[in-house]
Amino acid sequence: MNQLFAYLWRRILAGALTVAGAIALLFLLIQFVPGDLASVIYGPRATPELRAALVARMGLDRPVPEQLWLFLSSAVRGDFGTDAVSGRDILQEITEVLPKTLTLAFAALGLSLLLGVPFGALAAMRPGSLADRVLGVFSVVLITTPSFVIAIFLLLVFSLALHWLPVAGAGAEGDLLDQLKHLILPTLALSLGWVGYLARLVRAALLEVLAEQHVRTLRAYGVPEWRILLIYAMRPAMIPVVAILGVALGDLIGSALFAEIIFARPGIGTLSYNAVASRNFAVVQATTVVIVLVYVTANISVDIISGILDPRFRRAVTQDKP
Amino acid sequence: MTRLFRTVWHERGGKTGFILVMLVLLLALIGPWLAVNPNKIAVQDRFLPPSLTHLLGTDNLGRDLFSRVAFGTRSALIIACVVVALSMAGGICLGVVAGLSGKIVDRLVIAFCDIVSAFPIYILIFALVALYGSGLGKLIVVISLAFLPQFARVARSQALTLKHRPFIEAAQLMGLAQPLIVLRHIVPNIIGPMIVLASMNVPVVITIEAAMSFIGLGVQPPSTSLGTLIRDGYVYLDQSWWPIVGSGAVLAVATLGCTLLGEALRDAVDPKLRGRL
Repeated sequence: MNQLFAYLWRRILAGALTVAGAIALLFLLIQFVPGDLASVIYGPRATPELRAALVARMGLDRPVPEQLWLFLSSAVRGDFGTDAVSGRDILQEITEVLPKTLTLAFAALGLSLLLGVPFGALAAMRPGSLADRVLGVFSVVLITTPSFVIAIFLLLVFSLALHWLPVAGAGAEGDLLDQLKHLILPTLALSLGWVGYLARLVRAALLEVLAEQHVRTLRAYGVPEWRILLIYAMRPAMIPVVAILGVALGDLIGSALFAEIIFARPGIGTLSYNAVASRNFAVVQATTVVIVLVYVTANISVDIISGILDPRFRRAVTQDKP
Repeated sequence: MTRLFRTVWHERGGKTGFILVMLVLLLALIGPWLAVNPNKIAVQDRFLPPSLTHLLGTDNLGRDLFSRVAFGTRSALIIACVVVALSMAGGICLGVVAGLSGKIVDRLVIAFCDIVSAFPIYILIFALVALYGSGLGKLIVVISLAFLPQFARVARSQALTLKHRPFIEAAQLMGLAQPLIVLRHIVPNIIGPMIVLASMNVPVVITIEAAMSFIGLGVQPPSTSLGTLIRDGYVYLDQSWWPIVGSGAVLAVATLGCTLLGEALRDAVDPKLRGRL
């Protein structure tokens, strides 16, 4: 138990340091941009009032280390200032759209697991069989086709040609069924690549476990093959799958941006994209910090789950590397 | 070299990947030479379906899509190779310095890699583009920076394992200068896994460049890239779907071929790398 707590503590501390480092890196990158900070952050919209407010808020008349501290602490407090374009509080703008992006990312993650794990198990059951080879080819094709291309083709087939599903938007507020309908295509577009990836991962992990001694013993005892696969082999085979979920979520949030643009869904991706296109850096910076925070949190959670599932993993982190 | 090729060719994935990559290369190399002017506008011929004169049809301005795709493929491949070469070179420098230097430098490099990897890749690219502006040159630098940590990590771990090997220690005892040791003994010994990593990153970079060009933050018109072509096709999707099919399919084939070839190359160079790269 003690070891578990030490592990948790270390992991959370490392995560917090990484986020602080990421914010500091952003600060550093801003310093390297030629021109003054107000022009960078507000672009052509930098009025004298906005400039004065920025100087006061970020302490631009003070030494650089102090500026860095102010930058860090205001980011930690979630104080990102006001959006110069819309005149609204940036944090509020983000909290309005973040749930939509997270819903999309988690739906895609869920679907990837729901399809990828059984496909991988199916392939591992009879390696070299027709099903295995077909799944293998499908997996590679799905992994390598860029998700925004998949999104466009899904849009083309299911919305424009067949008229089965809506083309754009996130659905009417309050109408759950409508929202669900709008969620289907973007979710599919995002998850298909990960379905392929997880299928390959599960297949490889299962084959490794199935080749071990204890599985041979189980077979010798006459335990049915499906029972060996589902009950004895699946659990250890899920460890690498769980370990990759944090990375998967980060990738899905990143790619969600393209799905949001193609399907014209409101979300943190479209918010960030519009801000990049209009050179509204204050918003880009805020969305970046929030996404990094979500990503690092996801990775920590995944590491904690892995640590609980697999004591070896815990030891690898708590013990100092040579 | 021929042995390596034979191993790659022997595997089904490697063979498929090799053939696909060759086809894409052929399109990029010979396509522009065969094709008509990709920027020739012929409005009366807009949105034509594929035919013998226009192998992939025409776009919204009546421009020949086959030539445009050929030029787009060429720029996609060039950009991907430049990005991968840049991040590999940078990664080797950073990783070898980290591996061979003392604890403080090593820790700093690791921290830098961890921090850069804390950004989902598109988000990092977005922030950098927002700060420094879009455009081809900047995009190349930005994507290279985003890929730097991967190369640096692998180079560092390789350098660490080499550091205390007898032949390196012998070179040190002989009084060979550190830069010479790095150039003559360290780099040649870590270049294999680095090239494998590079080849596996080529399709990823192709995808990222296409995605960034698709949303208008990469290659700018009148230059073409697969991403800008897909964007044009997407805008006119309700009028014709041929532009999307051609460019999307070539992009998918290019990434598929490069991935298969990269994986086969990895297995041929060092099967132990499977799962680590």
